[in-house]
Parts: sequence; C-alpha cells; structure tokens
Amino acid sequence: MCGSVSVRHALLALLSEGPKYGLQLREEFEARTGEVWPLNVGQVYTTLQRLERDGLVESDGSADEGPQKGFRITGAGADELATWLRTPPDLSAPPRDELVIKVLVAMRLPGTDVHEVIQAHRRYLVELMQQWTRIKEDEASYDVSLALVVDAELFRLDSVIRWLDSADGRLKRAAADQPDQIQPATGALPRFRRRVGVRR
Amino acid sequence: MSMLELRDVSKIYGHGAAQVTALSEISLTVDAGAMVAVMGPSGSGKSTLLTIAGSLEDPTRGEVRIGGTSLGSMSRNDKARLRRRTVGYVFQDFNLLAGLTAAENVALPLELDGTPARTARAVSLETLEKLGLAERAARFPDELSGGERQRVAIARAVVGERRLLLADEPSGALDSVTGEEVMRLLHNACKQGVAAVVVTHDAQLASWADRVVFLRDGRLVDQTAPPRTPESLLTPGPRQ
Repeated sequence: MCGSVSVRHALLALLSEGPKYGLQLREEFEARTGEVWPLNVGQVYTTLQRLERDGLVESDGSADEGPQKGFRITGAGADELATWLRTPPDLSAPPRDELVIKVLVAMRLPGTDVHEVIQAHRRYLVELMQQWTRIKEDEASYDVSLALVVDAELFRLDSVIRWLDSADGRLKRAAADQPDQIQPATGALPRFRRRVGVRR
Repeated sequence: MSMLELRDVSKIYGHGAAQVTALSEISLTVDAGAMVAVMGPSGSGKSTLLTIAGSLEDPTRGEVRIGGTSLGSMSRNDKARLRRRTVGYVFQDFNLLAGLTAAENVALPLELDGTPARTARAVSLETLEKLGLAERAARFPDELSGGERQRVAIARAVVGERRLLLADEPSGALDSVTGEEVMRLLHNACKQGVAAVVVTHDAQLASWADRVVFLRDGRLVDQTAPPRTPESLLTPGPRQ
C-alpha cells in the first residue's frame, strides 16, 4: 500500500501545501500516516532527488543537501499528483496469493486436513486483527489518520478471513456432494487457472 | 476470579436417528474483566453455547458455573433470579420493548427484581448517562437510531450489579463505525470488571476480545494466543 510510488506522491501532496524542507517532509509524512509507516531521511532525499530530476519539484538551489534545503512543487508535479489521486490501483488481475495456493495444495494433499490448515491461518489473522484493534482502542479515537490506516489493515485482514470462511464452507459442502473434487490431483491444472490466466 | 465456567458441556437435541449434537464437551472459562469472542460458521453451536451460558437452557451433560455457583442444583426460580441480577443479554435486533422509553427499558430488569420504581429509574438514568444517552432517556425505541437502540440495550444489560454480559452479534445490524462504538462500550464495560462473551462470525468484532475461541460442529477447536503488544506492528520493516 505504501511502496516507493506512494512515498513519491505523498511528498508531492505535502509540497502542494507550500515549500518545505526534507526533514519537515519526513515528520509530516509520518504524522499523517498515523506514524505507522516510518521513513528514514535517506529515503526522503532519494525520492526528492528523483522528483527534481523528473521536473515534478524544484529546490531552492542551494548546493547543500542537508535538512535546510527547501523544495517546492512544480506545475507538472501538481498535474502528476491530481492524475495519481484519480487513478485506481491495478486490481483487475488476480494476484499470486500465497494463501490461496496453500489451500489449493492442502485440499489435494493426502493425509492433510484442509480445514485444519485453514483454521491455522484464520487464527493467525484474527490475532493480527486483535493487535490492530488494540492500537485503535488506545490511540486511534484521537487520531483520524491513524484510525483510517488501522481500518484499512483491519478490512484487508477481514477480507482474507472471509475468503477462508467461504473456502471452509465450500470445501465442506464439496466433500459431502462431490468427494472426487477434493481428492489428490492427477496432474491436471486446476480449471480456474486456465480460465482466468493467473498472473505469474 | 472466573465469572463464567463451562466444564465439559454437551448439548444434544432429539433422540435416536433424529439426534443432533449441538455442543460437544465444551470447556471455557471467562474471568471477571475479560471479553471472550466465540467465532464459528452458522450451525457451529455459537448461539446454543450462549443460551446455556446464560442458563436459558440446560446442558445435556457437563456443568455451568456463574460467579462460582453451579447451576446444576439450582431451582428454576433461583436461575431466574440469577439471570435478573447477574446476567445481561445483548441481541443483534436490540429486543427493546417498543411501548417503554429508553429509561423504562433500562429500569425494567431492576423493577422485575423488586427494586422500587423510583430507585430503578435513578439507576437507569445514571447508566444511560454513562453511555452518553442521557438526552435520549425519554425517547421510545422507534425514535432512536440503530446505534442508540443498541446502546440502550447495552445499558439494560449492564444496569445494576450485572457481572456477566452475553452478546449475540451485537453490532450485526449496524454500520461499521456505529458497530465499533458498540464494541467500545462493551470493552469499557469489561474494563469496569464485567465478564463478556460475544458470539459472532465477524472477525472485526471478535478482534476487540481478549481471547477468541473457534467453534466447529459443536466443538471448541482452537483459540487465539494471549494478545501481543501492538508495538510489533509499528516497528519499521522493509517498507518504503
């Protein structure tokens, strides 16, 4: 969610409020992401140098690369930020999902209880959600940015648990109705892979 | 101190070929001040567990203890008294009486237990005030939002000296932000020493609990480890 591209655009967003120094940008970035995503100063300056190279920000011209060097957003930077905000992330193709692969393997592995495998992952995810909820309980009611970040994580983890619940129920029904569907594979690829073309 | 204890509890409905095992050898302890969530798919026995924990049904085998007292040897009247004084229930659909105001709904269990009406009303208003509902005390349920109705239901569940709170999908009918407020109230009640069991299939709701237990086909198959400190989530990692 917060790869280098996001840092790049987050810095542009901060600079759209007015010129700022590198150190100031780092502090404001961390504050506005609920301090969940710490940045080091090196990352900030590397990203700023790339933004300057691409003509999206300009510096005050001092040769000093230290904390007193100021940056401002350019017209091209403002356009880039506006475009990025409105561009949906690419969610169109199914991602390579380790958890999905593990369940697919477990359902066909002799001597393996796929429901027990699913439960192990469900428990781990609920434990993670408990930790995120503790953060919300303790601090997020006072900090909207942190609450949004925590909610995003909780919804993401929740969606994985819902998939596990659905898989659990579907496999239970399949075992009763079509037991051959969850027998060990005989070499054929699962049919869905051929249909949707999972990204490799 | 354990407020609720289930020891090898089983519940079997029907006989012979029609026999259904709803719960099988469940052992569960909930201490004062703790919230335990029970997760599981439909038909896994969650609601049966809650009705047995609240003495609304008897187990076929095993023992239930509330506040250290075994229910097995209690008369029907003693159980009813225990429910009125010690156990509070919160349901997904609120279960408020439409003809009574919020304050009257909250005062009702106290009055049923013999508390004079004036005292019951004072305690009711005090409880509503703690839950931020003082201004809604004179409203009828159909004049309240869904979130407010559930907060009134929680006030009714904790009013007086109730020490065990049993909730069945308490935020199931609410949007996520309002549902979070409801869970925060339940969590705060636990901080005051109430023990709570929350039955749900919703992981976001369950994640408010100190411990989550998982039911499957009437058996308790798993539970979460004691929560780690959340700081581990905030440790700088390889993210950029």
